Parts: sequence; structure tokens; C-alpha cells
Amino acid sequence: MIKTDILIIGAGPCGLFTVFEAGLLKLKCHLVDALPQTGGQLSEIYPKKPIYDIPGYPSILAGDLVDNLMEQIKPFNPSFTLGERAESIEKTGDKEYTLTTNMGTKIQAPVIAIAGGLGSFEPRKPPIPNIEKFENKGIDYMVKDPEKFRDKKILIAGGGDSALDWTIELADTAKEITLIHRRTSFRGALDSVEKVMALAKAKKVNLITEAQAVGVVGNGELKEVLIKSKTEGEFSIAVDNFIPLFGLTPKLGPIANWGLGIHKSAVEVNTLDYSTNVEGVYAIGDINTYEGKLKLILCGFHEATLMVQSAFKYIYPDQKLSFKYTTVTGIEGMGQ
Amino acid sequence: MDDIIKIKVEDREGAHHVLDAPTDMSMNLMEILKAHELPVEGTCGGMALCASCHCYVISDHELMEPSADEEDMLDQAFFVEDNSRLSCQIKIKESINGLSIKLAPVDESQA
Repeated sequence: MIKTDILIIGAGPCGLFTVFEAGLLKLKCHLVDALPQTGGQLSEIYPKKPIYDIPGYPSILAGDLVDNLMEQIKPFNPSFTLGERAESIEKTGDKEYTLTTNMGTKIQAPVIAIAGGLGSFEPRKPPIPNIEKFENKGIDYMVKDPEKFRDKKILIAGGGDSALDWTIELADTAKEITLIHRRTSFRGALDSVEKVMALAKAKKVNLITEAQAVGVVGNGELKEVLIKSKTEGEFSIAVDNFIPLFGLTPKLGPIANWGLGIHKSAVEVNTLDYSTNVEGVYAIGDINTYEGKLKLILCGFHEATLMVQSAFKYIYPDQKLSFKYTTVTGIEGMGQ
Repeated sequence: MDDIIKIKVEDREGAHHVLDAPTDMSMNLMEILKAHELPVEGTCGGMALCASCHCYVISDHELMEPSADEEDMLDQAFFVEDNSRLSCQIKIKESINGLSIKLAPVDESQA
């Protein structure tokens, strides 16, 4: 069992900066994130894009901002559970919550700070009727174990790197592999595009372009996928497995079931300290909502700063909080 | 005012809206839709990186051709048609006065 003072859900910029502000008050933090790396949207969606509204930085690449935040919080030794989604929270004692992830990891803390951004990133599912009936019964949204597809008839859909990479990777393993894409051009790395074209030419990959998967048919297990082609109309192909790869999209997910006040997929908070309607649970950054809310990184930093002050008073009601100016003392040795 | 144009929008319920859009604030259509509280996400903040502001252009206004980035991102959208665009990539300027668009559907299970 991992124990900490503030359990932060979401390792995006706001969650990361919380570690710094908590550290100044000698509160320890543990972060949980569904993505395998820190940085949230900044790392997942736009690491190479410049951000222009971080005070003091006329321009900074999103990825660099994440690196800087990681450097800034290093003295406070935060711990991480990455690649796992926060699934449920349970009140297990006075000022004690136990959070369980989708992989069964348990973390205990008096305070939970939800800094989940737009939610956890999950595979984007194509809007095909009844697709959920065949999930794990022939339809997978990611490839975990390539061996699962040995000697199978596979259909991959998508035009990005993951669709191309898995087509190349599974070309030898699968009995038969088809790649279907909406356009004739692909957005993946040029090298991967060329490899797929070469495989198609060598008849190792069956390439269907200007077409989309529109239906799934089966009896318990997936049997056929219906294809709608711009040039050839509708037809179906027999498959054992269908792997739609359309990137990731953020979803609020299990947080919606934690008894929190939710308005338009965001958590309602008191702007005094960004507390939610559940004692000891706060929400900061893009995931919260209040009158006048702006979804900006700099607003999230402000919210994190005020939130940890309140969290400190909640954890140690009898202790006087001494506010620190880092300009006077620096942060040397504060992580100890 | 001279620098306000009109944008016509059909939402997902089929209701029609006429929006005022200022041309002098270097805004894009996604920002105008959000400002009028129409249900577009604009998750990535307008960088053609998420496809959550997908719309169909109905009128025959001449728009800038979609960039490679926009085309690539439309690959991750669903219900894509020949007139599909990411609204964040449509700049609000005088030449699109009267532009008519329709919001693309979202898959309910992912809303």
C-alpha cells in the first residue's frame, strides 16, 4: 500500500505543479495517471507546440514546460503510478481515502486532488452500431500482445502511425492482414508509409483506401466487418480480429461516479480553495468548473497553490501554517 | 459595426443559430462556436490536434484548403464527409460573412 499526504490524480502541468506547492508545506505527493508518461495533454497531444501564455516565457514548447516542471518538483521526491487509471475511491478511515486503480494498485491519503484535465485518455472508438458487443470478442482498440493475432485474419483501421506500425509488425504474424483507411494518403511517418506500400505491393498486406468500416457482424464472436468504399460501394470481409486505431481521446471516466457535483463533464468546486462537495477531495485545473472558469495552465497553477494551503489546514488543523516565500529561503533541503 | 460578420450554424438537434463574429480579433470559428456556448469541445485549443470541433461547410464560400495537419486530424474524426472541416482552422474574416455550417455528430458513447 502506497501512503502519501496528497494523492494527485493526473500528472499534467497542474498536477505536477501541485507537488511543488505541497512540497513547500512539507506535504508529500503521489501522482496517478492513465498515460504512461507525465505531462498530460502537453505530452500526449502537443509536445512540439509552443505555448505563449506562461508568465515569464514569451514562448515555450509544451514538452519543455513538462520537463521544466519535472525538474522543479524533483527536490520534493514525488512518486508516480503511471499507465493506470484511477478507478474508485473509498473512505477507509477518518481523514483517510483509499484509491484503487484499474490495475488494482491501492494508494492511501487524507487528501485527494483531482487534476485530471479533460479526463483520462482512452482509445477513440468508431461509431459503429453494436461495436461494444464485440469488444474483447474480436475487437481490440490496442495491441498488447502481438502473439494473440498469430495466424488470424486481421483488419486494422486508421491512417496514423499506430495503424501503420501495427500493420507492419503483424504482417508476418497474421494469417491475413487488411488495412483500411479513409483517404489514399497516410499521416504516419514517411518510412512507415513506404513500408506499408511495399507490403501491399508484395501482397502481404491487403490495402483498402477511401473506405471506412461501417458495421460489425458476428454471433458472440466477430465474424465480418462491413466496409463502405467510395469507389466499390458496400461489401464485407471475413475477419477474426478488427483493430480500430483512431488515436486517444480524453473521457471523464470513473470520476463521474464518485459522488462529486458534476456540471457539463467538469467537477464543481468552491473557489475559496477548490474543494469539492466531498470532504478532503479537491479538483483543480481543466477538470473543475466555477463561475468565470478559464481553462488555462496558469489558472491551474493558481488553483493548485491555494488548494494545498487548504489541504494543509485540513490535514493538520492544529498546526499553524507558515507561508514561505521561496525568494527568501530557496527550496534547498525542503524535500527532506 | 463594420467588423462583425454573421455565421449560420445548424446544431446537432437541427436548430439554427445566427452568430455574430468579430473579424478584428484574429479568432477562429471554433472559438466563436464556444463563445456562443454551442457544443463543440475544442480540446486542443485550436491547433488542429484533436478533431473535436469537426463541422460541415454547407454554403459555397471559398475557404482556404485544409492543411495537411487538418486532413491528418480528420482521419481521427468520424462521420467525415467531403465538406468536413475542423472549425478551429477557419479564420473569421470578412470574406466568410454569411458562412453556413453544420456541427458534425459526436458519438454519444464518447460524449
